[in-house]
Amino acid sequence: MTPPTDSARIDVRKTYKLYIGGAFPRSESGRSYTVDDAKGRFLANASYASRKDARDAVVAARKAFGGWSGKTAYNRGQVLYRVAEVLEGRRAQFVDEVQRGEGVSKRQAEAAVDLSVDRLVWYAGWADKITQVVGGANPVAGPYFNLSVPEPSGVIAALAPQDSSLLGLVSVVAPIVVTGNTAVVTSSYLRPLPAVTLSEVLATSDVPGGVVNILTGRLADTAPTLASHMDVNGIDLTGTAGDPEHATALEQAAAENLKRVLRAPASEPDWTLEPGIERMTRFLETKTVWHPVGI
Amino acid sequence: MPVTTVVNSASSSAGGLSPALAEATSSDSALRRFLHGLPGVDQVGAEARAAGLGTRSIKTTAKEFAIDLAIRMVDLTTLEGQDTPGKVRALASKAMRPDPADQTCPQVAAVCVYPDMVAVAKETLGASGVHVASVATAFPSGRAALDIKLADTQDAVEAGADEIDMVIDRGAFLSGRYLEVFEEIVAVREACGDAHLKVIFETGELQTYDNVRRASWLAMMAGAHFIKTSTGKIQPAATLPVTLVMLEAVRDFRDVTGQMVGVKPAGGIRTTKDAIKYLVMVNEVAGGDWLDPDWFRFGASTLLNDLLMQRTKMRTGRYSGPDYFTLD
Repeated sequence: MTPPTDSARIDVRKTYKLYIGGAFPRSESGRSYTVDDAKGRFLANASYASRKDARDAVVAARKAFGGWSGKTAYNRGQVLYRVAEVLEGRRAQFVDEVQRGEGVSKRQAEAAVDLSVDRLVWYAGWADKITQVVGGANPVAGPYFNLSVPEPSGVIAALAPQDSSLLGLVSVVAPIVVTGNTAVVTSSYLRPLPAVTLSEVLATSDVPGGVVNILTGRLADTAPTLASHMDVNGIDLTGTAGDPEHATALEQAAAENLKRVLRAPASEPDWTLEPGIERMTRFLETKTVWHPVGI
Repeated sequence: MPVTTVVNSASSSAGGLSPALAEATSSDSALRRFLHGLPGVDQVGAEARAAGLGTRSIKTTAKEFAIDLAIRMVDLTTLEGQDTPGKVRALASKAMRPDPADQTCPQVAAVCVYPDMVAVAKETLGASGVHVASVATAFPSGRAALDIKLADTQDAVEAGADEIDMVIDRGAFLSGRYLEVFEEIVAVREACGDAHLKVIFETGELQTYDNVRRASWLAMMAGAHFIKTSTGKIQPAATLPVTLVMLEAVRDFRDVTGQMVGVKPAGGIRTTKDAIKYLVMVNEVAGGDWLDPDWFRFGASTLLNDLLMQRTKMRTGRYSGPDYFTLD
């Protein structure tokens, strides 16, 4: 990633693509934009996802939902743990991208990447424990069992945070997919490279295609489509933190099919804190069943 | 239009074949000579042309027009061993009001069922204007004796079918017994009475585009009202290049005889995008005259839901989802 000292070599000016349905397609719009580092130097080109890309991503996520939510919780945890392993294996690349994109020191970037790995492992552990914590056998005054079980909502759109390009992204995506949802994620506009690299990690770490779909580009192009899409079951508005007008418009659009909404915070949260289980439970539906005792 | 050079008469007589065509069907050898004398299909060219036409961009008002037209062209089909009267009734209701949430949504063209379900479909559809199409002649294989095929057809017609979808005997066709196939189509056409006859080639079994062209001419000369690609039971079913060859055939047939024959691709058309590609091809290859449910149909079941979802998207601005339409 450092500029070559040998002037004879020509730089490879990368143009990254989207991640939809386990493949890396170009944007349907054919458009791309330049990504600069914190100091304004060219890093790479990234695709401008259009609303059609968002629609395609929803279709891919819907298609993947049955298989992913049908896996055992234990299995999903293993897959997420594997993502953490592969991410760790590309530590140097992530550190470089975070450092240059966010303009932080090398040490801070390393801390962010390490914490991202830890965050994935933390959520991986939750896969087969969340049911015990938020579900359970309810006491009833009759000859019944009454059981509550959390179930995934379906396709969740996640607007990843704009500032924390890796740790924030992982902290948003992991809780959605660990419980069995599938996700359509819009990355940070100015700092999309960690998201692009994360998609390469996901593609090589046993995550079935379509479980996580990553779109780069402007939020204004894709977020309204995702918020109003009738086949999206929930939306995480974290990426609109600090822009309450946009967030309100998206919440209104999301109301049409009663999407589960994780509301945008006033400003980006401190991602280094332990996240709690709110991000998981927001996109779980509780199913309660009555079951007669005995015959 | 190379075909006009093969058949050296452009004179037409409504209701009958021109002398040149009548001569071609007079004997097995004459028919073979005629069909094998048809110009060969340039496979690479046909596929490239079909792919090229598939890249046209159809947007906004043109797309709205295309979606409504495509809905009107759908033959809503259920051809499963597990079909029940209840399922056929549900399908027929959907055919009359595809989108219950929207009064302006047009009806589909027809409901396509097995012969034993024709009466059920007819009862539900009544005088709604939606036709009942029935497959017949030992669908889908076409492997039965002629009298059985004719009885099958008569059954469906008596039960009230407005359209009969027959399958050709591919065994006879592929082994070159063209006259046998021809006479079978003629006999079934007779058994149809007033019902319209669609002839299914099962192009997935015909191997070459040349065979598709020959089968098209054979069926049209035998009096088919429609020529149809596939049963939907064999893969590949309808494809753009196959439909292209058939559209060329109906266009050339009209140039020679003055008679118009319809085309129905069936099987494998699932998305609005696909349907619009077909409509573009109809317009460009056969001509605008064929852009009508009387002359072009889609044999489909899942296509309708996608058309409805796209229609809803055009009208509301929000993408719809399969949760809001019936499962069938």
